[in-house]
Amino acid sequence: MLDRSLIGATSGKRFLDIERSQLKLFCQAIGEADPVFWDQAAARAAGHPDCPVPPTFGASLNYLAPAAEDLVTGTLGAPLGRLLHGEQSFAYHHPLYAGDRVCLLSRIADIYDKKGGALEFVVIETTIHNQRDLLCIASRAVAVLRH
Amino acid sequence: LSAAISARDLAALQPGDRLPGFTTPPITGLTLALFAGGTGDHNPIHVDPAFARANGFADVFAHGMLSMAYLGRLLTGWVGPRRLRSFQVRFAAITPIGAEVTCSGEVLALIDDGGERRARVALTAALPDGTVTLSGDAVVVLG
Repeated sequence: MLDRSLIGATSGKRFLDIERSQLKLFCQAIGEADPVFWDQAAARAAGHPDCPVPPTFGASLNYLAPAAEDLVTGTLGAPLGRLLHGEQSFAYHHPLYAGDRVCLLSRIADIYDKKGGALEFVVIETTIHNQRDLLCIASRAVAVLRH
Repeated sequence: LSAAISARDLAALQPGDRLPGFTTPPITGLTLALFAGGTGDHNPIHVDPAFARANGFADVFAHGMLSMAYLGRLLTGWVGPRRLRSFQVRFAAITPIGAEVTCSGEVLALIDDGGERRARVALTAALPDGTVTLSGDAVVVLG
């Protein structure tokens, strides 16, 4: 069983610059064909200050700016091969653009189990602020550990 | 450049209206390798068949976030990138390699939130046999 006393543990702040080249690779990977998401000129022509990030890119920022110790596989010690992604949500508070410098902070918000402990659930909440300290995205991920 | 719906069409939305869905090409190993690089998610369960087998799976399978990204494409293709307020999904089943993912959505309700007109939409990703892999919803601003 995962150590419930670690609920509330945080990743520490992580910083990352949002790069157009990374956005382009992300769009290529998901079949996104609208260049506003990676081409600055196309974004400006469409009325954006720079390329807006696609809706689920916030989850990628988590991977691209990893914590020194991953909360789920490191702090909690859950084996990677037994984890599945159960749920994901994003709340959008302020737009994020290419060129922004983001600050990520993740926290173990909850741990619970179902099926007599056969499945454990870890809730990770992450906030993503921009360089003006505006909250842009609040993310909530539920990881499922199969025992 | 943007295929986004017009403000006039947004104003005329009704519950039950269908979003512009699509079906992806088959997911290949290359799709998952690109997604690992595009997202920074290098979990070997999605790109290393030996690791997947050692953990009880027949083969690698797609990242759940790939299908959520497809649903994100559906949303931004419909209303553009600036109207989303929230987006959430539950991952209900694994998406195997080779699968084509059908993404669809429907307007559930129109909401007035402090003078901002919003729509709540239901979203689904499904396999060719009808298995629902992701179900969720999103809130978009209408005006």
